[in-house]
Amino acid sequence: MTAETVSETVKQAEATPEVEQPYRELGLEDDEYARIREILGRRPTSSELAMYSVMWSEHCSYKSSKVHLRQFSRTASEGSVGSSALLVGIGENAGVVDIGDGWAVTFKVESHNHPSYVEPYQGSATGVGGIVRDIMSMGARPVAVMDPLRFGPADAEDTRRVLPGVVAGIGGYGNCLGLPNVGGEVVFDPSYAGNPLVNALCAGVMRHDQIKLAHASGAGNLVVLFGAATGGDGIGGVSVLASETFDEAHPTKRPAVQVGDPFMEKVLIECCLDLFAADLVVGIQDLGGAGLSCATSELASNGDGGMTVWLDRVPLRDSSLRPEEILMSESQERMCAVVEPAKIDAFLGICARWDVLATVIGEVDGSGRLTVQWHGETIVDVPPRTVAHEGPVYERPYVRPSWQDALQADDPSSLPRAATADELRATVLRMVASPNLASKSWVTDQYDRYVLGNTVLAQPEDSGVVRVDESSNLGIALATDGNGRFAKLDPYAGAQLALSEAYRNVAVTGARPLAVTDCLNFGSPEDPDVMWQFAEATRGLADGCLELGVPVTGGNVSFYNQTGDVAINPTPVVGVLGVLADVRRRVPMGFAAADEVVVLLGETRDELAGSEWAHEVHGHLGGLPPRVDLAAEQALASLMADVAAGGIVTAAHDVSDGGLAQTLVEMALRRGVGATVSLGGVAGGDAFVALFAESVARAVVTVPADRVADLESSAATYGVRVTRLGTTGRDTLVLGELDLPVGELRAASERTLPALFG
Amino acid sequence: MKVGVVSFPGSLDDGDAARAVRLAGAEAVRLWHGDDALRDVDAVVLPGGFSYGDYLRCGAIARFAPVMAPLVDAARGGLPVLGICNGFQVLCESHLLPGALIRNDHRKFNCVDQELEVANAATVWTSGYSAGQRVVVPLKNGEGGYVADDATLDRLEAEGRVVVRYVGDNPNGSYRSIAGITNERGNVVGLMPHPEHAVEELTGPSTDGLTFFTSVLSAAVSA
Repeated sequence: MTAETVSETVKQAEATPEVEQPYRELGLEDDEYARIREILGRRPTSSELAMYSVMWSEHCSYKSSKVHLRQFSRTASEGSVGSSALLVGIGENAGVVDIGDGWAVTFKVESHNHPSYVEPYQGSATGVGGIVRDIMSMGARPVAVMDPLRFGPADAEDTRRVLPGVVAGIGGYGNCLGLPNVGGEVVFDPSYAGNPLVNALCAGVMRHDQIKLAHASGAGNLVVLFGAATGGDGIGGVSVLASETFDEAHPTKRPAVQVGDPFMEKVLIECCLDLFAADLVVGIQDLGGAGLSCATSELASNGDGGMTVWLDRVPLRDSSLRPEEILMSESQERMCAVVEPAKIDAFLGICARWDVLATVIGEVDGSGRLTVQWHGETIVDVPPRTVAHEGPVYERPYVRPSWQDALQADDPSSLPRAATADELRATVLRMVASPNLASKSWVTDQYDRYVLGNTVLAQPEDSGVVRVDESSNLGIALATDGNGRFAKLDPYAGAQLALSEAYRNVAVTGARPLAVTDCLNFGSPEDPDVMWQFAEATRGLADGCLELGVPVTGGNVSFYNQTGDVAINPTPVVGVLGVLADVRRRVPMGFAAADEVVVLLGETRDELAGSEWAHEVHGHLGGLPPRVDLAAEQALASLMADVAAGGIVTAAHDVSDGGLAQTLVEMALRRGVGATVSLGGVAGGDAFVALFAESVARAVVTVPADRVADLESSAATYGVRVTRLGTTGRDTLVLGELDLPVGELRAASERTLPALFG
Repeated sequence: MKVGVVSFPGSLDDGDAARAVRLAGAEAVRLWHGDDALRDVDAVVLPGGFSYGDYLRCGAIARFAPVMAPLVDAARGGLPVLGICNGFQVLCESHLLPGALIRNDHRKFNCVDQELEVANAATVWTSGYSAGQRVVVPLKNGEGGYVADDATLDRLEAEGRVVVRYVGDNPNGSYRSIAGITNERGNVVGLMPHPEHAVEELTGPSTDGLTFFTSVLSAAVSA
C-alpha cells in the first residue's frame, strides 16, 4: 500500500458524513468540531481536521488570551514617543521599530518551555532557531539573542538534569549561527520545578525599505518551500489520525520534540539575506509551530486571494509520511516564500549557491480558498482565514484567588532582620553567593558574545548593547526582566515591575527606551485563579506601557506551565528595546577608576516583600511588592539619557534584586575596583533597609568629582533624589561598618554555580 | 595590500576578520569556498566558525573545499596564512600545521577574555609584538584543546614554533598551554583565540589583536 492511496479526499468526506473523527484526541472541543463542519458545510477530511486542530490549539490561536491581549493595541495607538516609531505592530511575525537614519529594528521574545523540559538540549536549541526565523521573516538580519531562563531550586536533582542541557543547547545552536548572546536571566524558584521557563529573544536590523510581511499576494505568484527537508519531528498529536486511519504496522511513534540543525539555519539566514538584497521575495513566512499548516494558511489569509498547494512536491526526509503529518510536521530550518514567476529562476539560483533545497510547492490564485492537492486529489479545501485568524475565542472565567488576601496580609515585617555589623556582613555574603544573585558566568561563558564584532555591552551588564551602524555608531540596547514572586503577590503590579526593571536596565546604559516585547508564562487558563493572574498582568502591562510611552510590538503567551493543580508563579517576562544615538556614549556598570564619587539616584523605602532577601534568608513570600512608580522611572531614564550623552557619569547600575548591597557588589566585581560608602543618608539611616530593600526607580552612578554639580543640577531638573554615598578606590568594598574585600566577594559570587553544575 | 578572507558555509567570524583587515589598513577581499583561485591576494585569513557545520571532526570537510587547493599550494610557497579557531582546525586538517584540536577537557563551549603570551614575535603575523609580550584576546570554542605527540611538541618548542601560549589556568586542556603555532617557514600561523575580536576599544576587551593584522601588512611592505 502506498501513501497516495490512503489520503482522504474532499469528495470522500462529502460522501461519508457519518464517519466518526478523532477530534477530541486532537484537542478539539465538541463545539469547535461542530463549527468546523459548519464552516465547511460537510465534515472535514483528515488533513483538514489536522490543520484546524493544530491551528485552533491554544499555542497557535491564542484562544484564551486573545480577549486580554487586545489591550496591547492601545499602547501603540495613542501618540506616544514609542508608537510614532512603530513601523509594524502586533499581528505580524514580530514588530518593527524605527531607530532613525533609515534603520529599523525588529525584536521578539518567545517561549520554548515544554520542549525544554522534555528534552533540554534540543528544546532550548530549537527555541533559539524558531525566534531567529521569526526575525528573518521580517526581512531583517538577526544581530543578537538573549535567553531569560527560570528553573526549579538550584540544588534540585531535576534542575541538574535540565539546566546544563538547556544552556548547552542555547550555546550549541546560537553559537553555530554566529549570533552574539548579549543578556538574559537565570532565576531559580521552587515554583518552576518541573516547569522550567526557557524564553528566547532575538533582535534583527534592516533598512526601512527591506521590511517583509507574511502576505501571499498576486495571483500567479509561486509558493516556494526552502531549507531543510520535512521529517516526522514534532508531529505530536497528529499520530492519532495516522494510527486510527491507517494500518497498524505503520510507525506512528515520532519524536514530539523537534531536532535542530544550526548549520542549516546559518546557511538559511545568509540565503534569505541574499534573497532580500536581490528583491526576490513578495512575502515570506517561517515554519514553526504547526509547520506548513500555519505557514500556508497564514500567508493565504493575509494575502488578497487564495492558494493552491501541491503537497506531494514537498521534499521529505521520511518517505512514509502521510499528508496529515506533512502538514503538521514541525521540522526545523524551513521557510516559505511567495515569489513572482519572473524572479523564480534568480530565487532558485541563490538557493543553489547556498546549497539550500528549494521547491515550488504552490501558487497564489484568486479563489479565496486554500486548497491542498495530493497526487491530483483535493484533500484540503478551506477558507484560509477560518484556519489562521478566525479560530475560537474564549472568555475564560476568572476570579481573584481566595488565597490572595491572606498572601498579601502575610507581610515580611515580622521576619527577623540582621542588625549587628557581623550579621549584616554575613547576610551580604550569603546573598552574594545565593543562586539567584551569584555570578552567572558558568552559564553565559558558554555563549559567544563577540561574534559579528558589534557587541558593545553584554552580560552581566544591565543591557546588551549592539552597534547597528559602524559609520554613525547608532545602536540599540536590550534587556529582559521578570519577577514571578512580585507577580504572585500582585499580578497587575508584578507585570509593571517587570516592565519597570527592563525599562530601567535599558535606561541606565544611556539608551532611550522605545518599545516592548513580552513573554507571558502562566499556568492553566482553565483555572480561574490563573486566568485572573493573566487578566491582571496583561492589564497592568498595557497600562504601564501606555504610561511610559513604549508600545507592545509583539510577543508570546505560554499557558499550562503547571504540575497537577499547582501553577508556576505568574511570570510575565518583559523585553525592552532602546536606542543609543552614539554607542560610544553607553554607560557600563562597573566602577571604572579610583577617586570617583558614588551616587545613589532615587528613593529607598522599607520594601522587602517578595525581595531576594525574604526569599533567600527566610524562604518567605508574602505581602505587597514594592510600590510601582512609573513617573519616577521615566524621570530616572530622562536623567540617565542626559548624563550619558553629556559624558558626565562613568558607570551606572540599576538597583533591583538584592537591593543596594548587591548593586554595589556587582559594580565592584566588574573591574575589581572597590569603594567606600556610607549608608547614613539612605532609608533614614536604617542600614538593613538601605542594603536590602528593593524599591524601584533607583540606580547607582559614579561621577568624577568635578562633575558632581552637573549631575545634581540635571537630577534637580527631573526631580530625582541624589544621595552621595562615597568614593571609589582600593580593592575593598566598605559599606558603612562592613568591610568586604573584593577578593572575598568574588569568591562568594563565583563559586556557587560551578559547585552546583560542574 | 590585499588580504583574502575565506567564507565557508558556516563561517561566522569572516565579517569580523575582514573588518580587522580594514582597520589594519589593508583591503579585505572576500573569497568563497567554491573559488578555485585566490584573486591575487597577498595574504589569507581562514576565519572562525563551524565550516559545513563541523558535524564531523572540525575542519575535516573544509580542507576539501575547492578554494583550499590553491591555498595550500600558495601557503607552501610562502603566502602568509592566518587560521583563527576553525581556521586553525582547517590548517591542521590540511597538514599545513602539525597536531590537532580536540574537545575542551571540561567538555563545554567557553567564551572568555584570555590572557596570552606571545612566544614567537618573528612570524609575519606577529612581528609587531615583542617576544614575551602579554596580550588579552577573546577565546571562544568548544574544541580548542591542542594536541600532538611528544616528539612534535618537543620539536615545535625547540624550533620556536609555538607562537602564543595561554597564561594562567589552561582554558581547554591544550598540551603545554599552546594557543597557536606556526610552520617551519613562519608564514602559516594558526591559533584558537580570536585576535579579530580585539581590534576596537568599543567592542573588544582590548585592541591587542590588531597587531596580527598590522604585522602582515608591514611584512608585505618591507618585503
